[in-house]
Amino acid sequence: MDWQAFALSLKLATVTTAILLAVAVPLAALLVLGRGRWLAALEALAALPLVLPPTVLGFFLLVLLGPRTALGRGITALLGHPLAFSFSGLVVGSVIYSLPFAVQPLVAGFAAVEPALVDAARLLGANPARLVLSLLVPLARRSLLAAAVLSFLHTMGEFGVVLMLGGDIPGATRTLSIVLYNQVENFDYAAANRTAAILLGLSVVALAAIYLGGRPRGGRRA
Amino acid sequence: MLDLALDARRGSFHLQVECRFASEWTVVFGPSGAGKSTLLRLLAGLDLSERAGPEQARIALDGRPLTDSVRGLWLQPGRRQTSMVAQQPALFPHLSVAANVAYGLASLDRAARSARIEEMLDLVDAKSLIGRRPQDLSGGEAQRVALARALAPLPRLLLLDEPFSALDGAASDALLARLQIWLTDHRVQTVLATHDATDALATAAEVALLREGRLVALGSAATVLSSERERLLGRLGSA
Repeated sequence: MDWQAFALSLKLATVTTAILLAVAVPLAALLVLGRGRWLAALEALAALPLVLPPTVLGFFLLVLLGPRTALGRGITALLGHPLAFSFSGLVVGSVIYSLPFAVQPLVAGFAAVEPALVDAARLLGANPARLVLSLLVPLARRSLLAAAVLSFLHTMGEFGVVLMLGGDIPGATRTLSIVLYNQVENFDYAAANRTAAILLGLSVVALAAIYLGGRPRGGRRA
Repeated sequence: MLDLALDARRGSFHLQVECRFASEWTVVFGPSGAGKSTLLRLLAGLDLSERAGPEQARIALDGRPLTDSVRGLWLQPGRRQTSMVAQQPALFPHLSVAANVAYGLASLDRAARSARIEEMLDLVDAKSLIGRRPQDLSGGEAQRVALARALAPLPRLLLLDEPFSALDGAASDALLARLQIWLTDHRVQTVLATHDATDALATAAEVALLREGRLVALGSAATVLSSERERLLGRLGSA
C-alpha cells in the first residue's frame, strides 16, 4: 500500500473540496437568483467538465499553464515554479474538473427553496451574502453535503487530469489512482485490488452517509 | 402618501393603474385575478422585470421615489422601508419565532433587538410562541408571527395581501383593531389587498376598486362598495 500516495490524494481532495465549496456556493446562488441571458452561458461553462474528456481538459490546462503562454509565464514568475507537474497545478486542475459536481447539487438545492422565503428575506433587508448564508445554505444543507462529498470523491478518484497535468512524481503528484494504474501496468493485481478496494470503500461510505443522513426515519412517505 | 403610475404586463394580464393613495389605510379591493397581488409586488420592488422590461413604473412614497422606470431608478426591496405579509406566512422554517422576528433587525444591538421582538409579538398576541419553531405553529399563529416580523423593522409602507385568512372572524377583527392603532401611532402607510368586502368595510379606509388590472374607483369604503354593490345587483337583474 502506497501511504504517501494515499495521503496526497486525501490532501488534494480536501483542499479541492474546500476551494470548490467557496467557489460553488456563490456561483450556484448567482445562477439561481440572478437574471440575464449570460447566466445560461455561465451555467453551460460550469457544466463543461462533465462532457469534456479528462485527458482533453488536462491537456488544455497543461498547455495553458505551461511556459508557452503569458499566463503560464506569469504564474511561474509569481510562484517561482510552473504550475504544471506540481501539487498546486493538480489543485487547479481538480477544481476545474470537479466544478460541476459541486455546482449542480447546490443549484438544485437553492432552486428548491421557496421563492416566498427569498422574497421575505430580501424585503427584510438581506443583502445577497446574507441571503445565501442565512437562508439558502441552511435550507439546502443536504445539497451542500452532497456537493462536498461528490467533489471529494470525484477528486480522490480522478485520473486523466492528474496524469496529464501532474505526471507521476512521488510525494508531489502521484495520487492513489496513478498508483493503481502503475500496479495494473506491472501486473501486480494483489496490490491493485487493495488500492481499488480503498477507493471503492471510501465511495460507499461517503454515499451511504449522504443517503442515510437525508432519509426520514419512517421512509420517504412518512 | 403613495403615488403610483404602473403599466405592466404579466403574460396576457395587463395592469394599468395611475393614482394616489392619500389615506394611511388603503384597501385594494377586487375579485381574484384583478391584479391585487401584482400591484403589491410591484410596490414592494419584488418584481425584477420592472427594471428591464418595456413597462412603465413610477412609485413614490411621501415624495421619495422608490421606482422610476424613466430615470432607471429601482430601489432594492430591502431599501424601500417596505414590509409585506402575504396569505402564506413564509416564515423561515429553520429559525425560531424569535429569530424570524429578529431577521430584519440586524442593525439593532442585542438589547434593543430583544425588546423589539417582545413588543411586536405582544402586539400580535403571540408572545407565548417566542421559542417555538414555525412547523409547530397553526396557520393563524404563523400569520401573527409573519405580521410581527414584517412590523419589527418599523416600515414606512406595509403591504398586506389577505394576511388574516387563517384567523377566525373575532380574532381577525381584534388583531386588525390593535394593528390599526399601532400603525397610525407609527405613521405607517398601509395597503391591504382583499377580495372580502367585510375587510374593506371593517377598516373604514380609502378603497381602491381593481378589476381586470384597471382601477375603476377610488374613494371612501361606503361610496366605492355601494356603487360596486349596485353594479353587481344590476348585472344580476339583467341576467
